[in-house]
Amino acid sequence: MAARIQIPASAKKGEIVEVRVLIQHPMETGYRHDDVGHLIKRNVINFLSCRYNGVEVFRADLSSGIAANPYVQFFTVADKSGELEFYWIDDEGKQGSERQSIQVA
Amino acid sequence: MRRRDFLAGLAGSLAFPAIAQETLDPLAAKIAKGAPVRKGRVTVTLPQLADNGNSVPIRVTVESPMTEADHVKSIHLYSERNPVSNMANFYLGPRAGKAEINSRVRLAGSQHVTAVAALSDGTFWYDAAAIVVTLSACLDES
Repeated sequence: MAARIQIPASAKKGEIVEVRVLIQHPMETGYRHDDVGHLIKRNVINFLSCRYNGVEVFRADLSSGIAANPYVQFFTVADKSGELEFYWIDDEGKQGSERQSIQVA
Repeated sequence: MRRRDFLAGLAGSLAFPAIAQETLDPLAAKIAKGAPVRKGRVTVTLPQLADNGNSVPIRVTVESPMTEADHVKSIHLYSERNPVSNMANFYLGPRAGKAEINSRVRLAGSQHVTAVAALSDGTFWYDAAAIVVTLSACLDES
């Protein structure tokens, strides 16, 4: 699962930074049928979390109500230089993760 | 009835067809487990019209200082007409700095979208926004 995560490379201490997460995923609703009429199993990213130097700053439960290639944007306070770790899992148990580092002056 | 009264009544009833609903979605009320969910502090921003319900941008903001003592714990999104009413739950904390979430949702038809925010002081707030969806997100085959 490819993901595109955008955070500023550097920030001032205490600054509120924008975090944008875009994950490539079909987000199958479980209500669609394939060409031969079989129901396509639901497969959505149901959990997404963001940890900032090991501390969870954001978490989301998603469902089939979220568009394909889920996009989530949120904010966090730039606290210390370090890493933001993103982790997500879908209904099939496929996990994905991504790391981004941030410099805090 | 006089013709004038009749026409005045007709004009009044046509002006705003049932779109100005201001009550909380009963499914959305469940999250508060009986606690009152008041209108205010939360703002849901949706386009007025979406050509395609498969991807509709949504923004939810909550008025909150986002400090350790007073912050938004979670934001819950509900749809009136989707088969899965609870579209997403977002969990924030004082580390968020700003209580704002942007995402894209699927909507099965014209409806109201409700956002409920749970605050650290135990209160619940909501806001709803109406949207007209020309083409619903895929439920039926086409």
